[in-house]
Amino acid sequence: MSLATLLVLADGRLPAGGHAHSGGLETAVSSGRVRDLAGLSGFLHGRLATSGRVAAAFAAAACARTAEWPVWDAGLDARTPSPALRRASRAQGRALLRAGRAMWPVAAVGREPHHPVALGAVAAAAGLDPAAAAVAAAHGTVTGPASAAVRLLGLDPYAVHALLARLAPECDRIAADAASRTAAPVDDLPAAGAPLLDIGAEQHATWEVRLFAS
Amino acid sequence: MHAEQPGHDHEHGPDEVPHTHPDPGVDPHAPLTTGPRALRIGIGGPVGSGKTALVAALCRTLGAELRLAVVTNDIYTTEDADFLLRNGVLPADRIRAVETGCCPHTAIRDDISANLDAVEDLEASLGPLDLVLVESGGDNLTATFSKGLIDRQIFVVDVAGGDKVPRKGGPGVTTADLLVINKTDLAPLVGADLTVMDRDATARRGALPTVFLSLVEDPAAAPVADWVRALVTARVAAAGASG
Ligand SMILES: Nc1nc2c(ncn2[C@@H]2O[C@H](COP(=O)(O)OP(=O)(O)OP(=O)(O)O)[C@@H](O)[C@H]2O)c(=O)[nH]1
Ligand SMILES: [Mg+2]
Repeated sequence: MSLATLLVLADGRLPAGGHAHSGGLETAVSSGRVRDLAGLSGFLHGRLATSGRVAAAFAAAACARTAEWPVWDAGLDARTPSPALRRASRAQGRALLRAGRAMWPVAAVGREPHHPVALGAVAAAAGLDPAAAAVAAAHGTVTGPASAAVRLLGLDPYAVHALLARLAPECDRIAADAASRTAAPVDDLPAAGAPLLDIGAEQHATWEVRLFAS
Repeated sequence: MHAEQPGHDHEHGPDEVPHTHPDPGVDPHAPLTTGPRALRIGIGGPVGSGKTALVAALCRTLGAELRLAVVTNDIYTTEDADFLLRNGVLPADRIRAVETGCCPHTAIRDDISANLDAVEDLEASLGPLDLVLVESGGDNLTATFSKGLIDRQIFVVDVAGGDKVPRKGGPGVTTADLLVINKTDLAPLVGADLTVMDRDATARRGALPTVFLSLVEDPAAAPVADWVRALVTARVAAAGASG
């Protein structure tokens, strides 16, 4: 497996639409739940343990068993109660497929699959293994909101990257766990939920003025 | 006039100031892509220069003769789209707003995926279109559109910021296919000298065209509408010849 290929896929500069999504951080900031570095740290830990864990498991599964993508896609719908979050995930899945198809011959997974499904399919096409797909998924669930926090709160970018570095071992653990479950039936995959992210996403979708798509 | 340049097949007018292109071997006017999809024109420029007002004027002037749609990239997401809707220049189903996550230039240059999705969704829901206008969020003089997103770009500056803007240059002023210097009605009020702006624009842009405009005095934006119409006509003719 090519590590450099994984870096290409996980690079924040990949033109896959991520820059316009805050992963729920914009709502958390506007409601005052995240104001500073400590708040961001709590937010990222929570997001990694919930959305990150689910995204990693489904990216790994979709990488290992891409042809079964409708099962993974439905499994993610079941784990995403917020319609706004479903839309955000599918929009990012579609954008990632566009970028992925420009680089590798990606298998058909529908026009607008959930982001982890797209990530698994693109990783498989790139010759990456499920653990790599999972680590890209886990890492992506924290780097997106971290970058949004730099833009929204003007936090010190070095301090934010120090946070990300401290989260890296946890991303690895989550990815290893995800990669060990690729033979499991969909109902046995993680289903950790973050109700505040769901509620916040629904509120965010009704705002008249917002900077991020989600 | 200048010597024959390889790959340089567009005409230069007899009254044109001699100049060189930065890369004389390459025609800066790449052939317009032809095919079933609409001609896409990006409209960029600093905050408040009149991009939305120009889009509204083009919709009013060209809306009856061309099948057109608009994508907006305002930082506040729907501000520009709402303006177009309120003013009734286009029905709601012909306008899409794209969120840019505090980075208007990223959405039109480095990661164009949301804009491409918006353009494709418009074409999917409305059927074939002749023209899609993509308005960028207000940004600075360095923001330009990716060629992966648009075929041609218009850069809109205004005279209210003073007559130094064309002299400052930057990729928008230097490379846009059409430079629009808007709000000429305000020039006397801010002491902006239009002949200076014209001279500086020519020095920066060589053969690329510049037009002066006041949307207050010319709500139809006639010179810009003519430029757009000529592009659409040329594209239709090229498609007809190749198909
Ligand atoms: N006097 C004068 N005002 C103009 C002209 N064109 C536009 N305006 C006004 O300038 C203001 C800004 O115009 P917009 O079209 O919203 O500018 P914009 O470039 O879309 O602004 P952003 O999207 O916020 O970057 C509005 O109040 C317009 O009515 C003009 O030719 N003359
Ligand atoms: Mg505008």
